[in-house]
Amino acid sequence: MSDQNKTVEELDVVTIRFAGDSGDGMQLTGTQFTDNTALFGNDLSTLPDYPAEIRAPAGSLAGVSSFQLQFSNQEIHTPGDDLDVLVAMNPAALKVHLADLQENGMVMVNTANFSKKNLKLAGYEVSPLEDNTFDNYRLIEVDMTKLVATALENLDMSPKLKARSTNMFALGLLYWLYERDMDSSINFITKKFAKKPEIITANVKALKTGYFYGETIEAIKTTYRVPKAEFSKGTYRNIMGNHAAALGLVAAAEKAGLNLFYGGYPITPASDILHYLANFKNFGIKTFQAEDEIAGVCSAIGASFAGDLAVTASSGPGIALKGEALGLAVMTELPLVVINVQRGGPSTGLPTKTEQSDLFQAMYGRNGECPMVVVAPATPSDCFNVLFEACKIALEHMIPVMVLSDGYVANGSEPWMIPTVDDLPQIKVTKATDPESFMPYSHAEGTVARPWAVPGTPGLEHRIGGLEKEDQTGNVNYDPDNHHYMNLHRQNKVDAIANYIPEAKAYGDDSGELLVLGWGGTHGAIRSSVERAQKAGHSVSHLHLRHINPFPKNLGEVLSNYKKVLIPELNLGQLSTMIRAKFLVDAQGLNKVAGKPFTTTEVYNKILQMVKG
Amino acid sequence: MAEVLETTLTRKDFVSDQEVRWCPGCGDYAILAAVQKVFPELGVKKENFLIVSGIGCSSRFPYYMDTYGFHSIHGRAPAFASGAKLANPDLSVWIVTGDGDGMSIGGNHLIHVLRRNLDLNILMFNNRIYGLTKGQYSPTSELGKVTKSTPMGSLDHPFNPPSLALGSGATFVARTIDRELKHMASIIKESHSHKGGSFVEIYQNCNIFNDGAFADMTEKETKMETQLILEQGQPMIFGKDKDKGIVLIGSQLTVLQLSEDRNVDDVLVHNSGDKNMARLLAGMTYNGDLPTPIGVLYKEERATYDEMMTAQLQSAIDSKGPGDLDALIKGSNTWTV
Ligand SMILES: Cc1ncc(C[n+]2csc(CCOP(=O)(O)OP(=O)(O)O)c2C)c(N)n1
Ligand code: SF4
Ligand SMILES: [Mg+2]
Repeated sequence: MSDQNKTVEELDVVTIRFAGDSGDGMQLTGTQFTDNTALFGNDLSTLPDYPAEIRAPAGSLAGVSSFQLQFSNQEIHTPGDDLDVLVAMNPAALKVHLADLQENGMVMVNTANFSKKNLKLAGYEVSPLEDNTFDNYRLIEVDMTKLVATALENLDMSPKLKARSTNMFALGLLYWLYERDMDSSINFITKKFAKKPEIITANVKALKTGYFYGETIEAIKTTYRVPKAEFSKGTYRNIMGNHAAALGLVAAAEKAGLNLFYGGYPITPASDILHYLANFKNFGIKTFQAEDEIAGVCSAIGASFAGDLAVTASSGPGIALKGEALGLAVMTELPLVVINVQRGGPSTGLPTKTEQSDLFQAMYGRNGECPMVVVAPATPSDCFNVLFEACKIALEHMIPVMVLSDGYVANGSEPWMIPTVDDLPQIKVTKATDPESFMPYSHAEGTVARPWAVPGTPGLEHRIGGLEKEDQTGNVNYDPDNHHYMNLHRQNKVDAIANYIPEAKAYGDDSGELLVLGWGGTHGAIRSSVERAQKAGHSVSHLHLRHINPFPKNLGEVLSNYKKVLIPELNLGQLSTMIRAKFLVDAQGLNKVAGKPFTTTEVYNKILQMVKG
Repeated sequence: MAEVLETTLTRKDFVSDQEVRWCPGCGDYAILAAVQKVFPELGVKKENFLIVSGIGCSSRFPYYMDTYGFHSIHGRAPAFASGAKLANPDLSVWIVTGDGDGMSIGGNHLIHVLRRNLDLNILMFNNRIYGLTKGQYSPTSELGKVTKSTPMGSLDHPFNPPSLALGSGATFVARTIDRELKHMASIIKESHSHKGGSFVEIYQNCNIFNDGAFADMTEKETKMETQLILEQGQPMIFGKDKDKGIVLIGSQLTVLQLSEDRNVDDVLVHNSGDKNMARLLAGMTYNGDLPTPIGVLYKEERATYDEMMTAQLQSAIDSKGPGDLDALIKGSNTWTV
């Protein structure tokens, strides 16, 4: 009963995945391991993956939910490609995920769930435990459910309830495997179930049982330690994309001295932004769950007219419904932030999977010439910066801004060096007060902002709406020359923002053989593959666009400094089309629309092909 | 210069510099006049009025009022108005909508804004037709309506606006008529004084595409027989000679011809707080055997969404303290390098 004949091995980077039935608590297990990893001091990146159905039939392939995590002592950008360890709580999870396990990788299965019925549901004729399925892997068979039941023998609760702590057993076992302590999870459990002491006892016991089980069994002779990563000096936390987005909004409201109004309608994977904000009421944040998507954006536009920092968030289908109202926001030149957490499309598509296929929708998805500012976060923590900047642009230029997040960025997490509020830039908001000089549609030089004259201000009574506006007065106007002028004006208003954003600068050499150009959530896979290619001696640089409309002023020049341009996107070539049209550059696409992020290998192979070909 | 007191506001203060472009003879003019007459009398600062509309002839209304105004998109005015009211609860927010704007494309928003009971006022101009798009039947048009889009007659049963409003949980439901200037002004005033969402249906004549839709209720010869003017605490009597009353027989409202032995004492007395009665009164719409009620059908005090939101924000501050952004960003699990 001791671990005297066990050894500890040091590793640089590890990828693990917890997989089980939707009801097995894999997301919680994964986030617990993530928090522990973050506090331990590794760099990390996560990929939660769960079905669209809340309770898909138990044991079915469709019901498998998983959580992947890569952690390292070095800087990493992705949740990893091939797995070192797979935890499979049932046959279906094994079936779906085993192919991603690397050769000689470790797979832990909860044998309790390998019943005839579950095997059949997963499509196994013969139990994989009894054939040669695991020939190339290290299989650890554990009857987790039974071990947990035994450990909880003396607790007065139903067997079903006891079995619900099984995921904590798996977590404990992995904590042991990676030389961690269990404090973070014990604290979490104690806080979360403060009102249910017996649940605390059950979960903590299950966790410890898993941990001690590791010490006891013969099958695992080596544990692993991934030393701390070297981070720049600062205070860190782990953060998910949607959480960071919500914080960015709150920070912007504070820096602008405004109240934040959020109008929206629940939709995966954007709802969490609403959930977070709804908990920040002591910041004066008003969240309004509207009757539909249209009312969500319209209430935000109404709040913006009345002087709040107004935001709405949705995913593709909801953004489609909001289209007409977004046109009104463009016409009325009101500040508005619209977040699209993209998911698989078209139509209802793949609600819980990631994609970048709404770029054209953001750029062109409205009637008339209706340009909108478009920006995109690259990583989970970047959502904070991008949302803050989106608010700043919206308010300082009096313009609607579309933020293209995606399911991967929104639900993924990574360590984040916490900014201090003092270090964030001020957002300059001026509300009109002077009736003498007030013209609703006069425009400031530089920002091209029109005055924000909010109801309640004496002497500035005026009317706005969707009918074409006369320049300066804002009166309804049907004059052809005015209409032409105003269309140019609205385009110019977007273009002018290029003077306020940083110029593009590639990672790597400023010129060379190949530039890999990306935007949004593909950042990690592109950066990792470019780093690998650079190490292998290839002349490859990476440019990742945060600003898509307008582009950075020098983008054309940057593109021209490379012989070839590669644009990997999780769509059929939307940014490529824009780049080719605007700069007449023969950009090549790497396109995948599978509801899954790129692996580093996929991008790397394409890079090799291009630098060699 | 001294501050202008609200009481010194006049009709003129609410007339904008924009040329009114409704067809000559349109009922909308009278409604505009009534609102311009009433607004100075409400004790609201001019800058605190906000009028939000959708799309339709009726929805051009904000352009003609010298207040803050938002001519939004078709059917969505309640959503814009809700956002504005929640952003600034001090505003006196008015929604102007049509039967198509409010009950077709915007039906969803209308029922929800009423259910939530935001403190704002809705004026729905019901001309039983789509005016701006040149005369298609609307969701309040009578069954069999022959229009350009329904040459053989429409097939859909019309909405009864007060019934819809009551069914949505509205706390103030009233009806008035464009041709009854005094009545209209008093109803608009009363809708303003109601704390909560007020729904006012205004019968409005579109003399171009649906002329005379309410003629029997507006023409001298017939209107005394077709209008039932509801007044709080007063018996429901009508008729040129005030010789008819409304009584309840079983669960049906019925007309009683007053006589020696069955007189005004037998007639129902209007109580706008009685929801069941309000439902029955609303049901008197489009009913040939009964007069059509105008006035306040129903009124109820209920907490408003905006005041509840304000209270929630305050109670969050009371329990958690005012937001500390640095602490929020930091969260509870940090490590320092
Ligand atoms: C999205 C959209 N669909 C259709 C229209 C065309 N449209 C404008 S007004 C209107 C009907 C208006 O009817 P109503 O609300 O009764 O107003 P009225 O003109 O009768 O006052 C329609 C169908 C539009 N403006 N927007
Ligand atoms: S079409 Fe009818 S409703 Fe519209 S302005 Fe003319 S008369 Fe009025
Ligand atoms: Mg109409």
